[in-house]
Amino acid sequence: MRKDGTFIGVEVDDAVAGDAALAAKLREVCPVDIYSDADGRVDIVEGNLDECVLCRLCLDASPAGTVKVLKLYDNEAVLA
Amino acid sequence: MRFFEYEAREIVKRAGIPVTDYGFTTDASEARSIAERIGGPTVIKSQVLTGGRMKAGGVKFADTPEEAEQHAADILQLEINGHQPRGVLVDPKAEVEQEFYAGVVWDGTRKRPVMIFSPVGGIDIEQVAEEQPDKVGRRHFSNILPFGDFEAKEVIASTGVTGSDLNKLVPIVTRLARLFVDNDMTLAEINPLGKLKDGSFVALDAHMDMENEARGRHKKLLKDLGVGDEETRQAREATEFELAGEAVDAASHRGVAGNVTEFDGDLGLVIGAGGGSLTLFDAVRKYGGRPANYCEIGGNPSVEKAKGLAKLVLSKPGVDKIAVMMSIVSNTRVDIVARGVIAACLELGFDPAEKIAIFRIPGAWEEEGFKILEKYGVEYADRSVSMHEAARRAVEKIQGGVTA
Ligand code: SF4
Repeated sequence: MRKDGTFIGVEVDDAVAGDAALAAKLREVCPVDIYSDADGRVDIVEGNLDECVLCRLCLDASPAGTVKVLKLYDNEAVLA
Repeated sequence: MRFFEYEAREIVKRAGIPVTDYGFTTDASEARSIAERIGGPTVIKSQVLTGGRMKAGGVKFADTPEEAEQHAADILQLEINGHQPRGVLVDPKAEVEQEFYAGVVWDGTRKRPVMIFSPVGGIDIEQVAEEQPDKVGRRHFSNILPFGDFEAKEVIASTGVTGSDLNKLVPIVTRLARLFVDNDMTLAEINPLGKLKDGSFVALDAHMDMENEARGRHKKLLKDLGVGDEETRQAREATEFELAGEAVDAASHRGVAGNVTEFDGDLGLVIGAGGGSLTLFDAVRKYGGRPANYCEIGGNPSVEKAKGLAKLVLSKPGVDKIAVMMSIVSNTRVDIVARGVIAACLELGFDPAEKIAIFRIPGAWEEEGFKILEKYGVEYADRSVSMHEAARRAVEKIQGGVTA
């Protein structure tokens, strides 16, 4: 699943999107509410995407490579 | 934030300073009841946040309660300098032997309050200072250390007041100084402070101005006085544009993006950071620019909030371009503000490169911010370009050529 704002895009690997524990964790860690927990599934709140502060907390909370934060203003550079 | 006279009197009264047995009302027949209770001649005073009420017929004397009612009815209909009276204050016509002046005002240069006292009251203190300078005593005092009554005594005595008058005035002026500090006032003035025939002193009129930013610390007082959150109480009524700026700022707790003041120019300003707003506003004017607004942005507002402010400024009739300029930021993020102002342009259907005359915000996350600006072709500057130079470039752009 991928959703884009004007400046920031977020991609969550479909293989982990249904992980209820991950959905709850992402919702908890993101300081600007970019993730929501939709009945145990990860969802991305499109309206909040451009508020991303590039803090990497979502990357640390998920299995490596399953969540990507993309800087749309920088040739879709992936937040490492 | 200014107070009406009836509110200022209440503040004075709560501080333990004697006041007359006045009454406030919005109803002419109640003015009559107040006058009956007072018994004797009264003064009916319009309650407006503007000067010149005496000249405009907003202050009238009444010998009977019937007359008080009639005057109140007339005054309530009066418009004074474009202001409708909030109500009328019915005051006993005091038998005054002498009028004094006592005031405390915030000295922005010295960053301390200054107490002013004069045995010549009832007229503007500026006039007394000019015509009888020896009759005006002044003294700065600390707004951190406790106020000592010797400080009041020194100021009063310096104007030649002695004996029993001095003894009676010291606690009044001391209480005025304390109320100034306790209530975060920028002005606390009793003029005239009347000496009655029996030798006692009473506040006959009072003016109070509270630091606007301190309103949150005085919620109880404001509630007791009936001052609503929506009442800005500035020197003039807030414009629709300014109220919209307040709404933008209030919409989220993160950072500041508001404190908007409307001007009639063509260059919209999104400015701020550590005094940067004032410096940048002055710099724009120095180079012959005509600001459309003043505002303050800082404290790391959200993208949504920065966008809200930029949209408001961009939508103001007559605004041709905006200049986004701040001093060097530390906690406010350059990339977040950049996203906000660019999103504002895009949502309004403008080309950011056209609409943003210059973006000069150096500091936290500037590399990310500059990448965003580059993508949209917006001219930006780092800290090697001074705030004045940035302002000059913005003015030059909007004037399409040479700046002053
Ligand atoms: S990087 Fe931070 S702000 Fe951005 S989506 Fe991840 S947790 Fe949220």
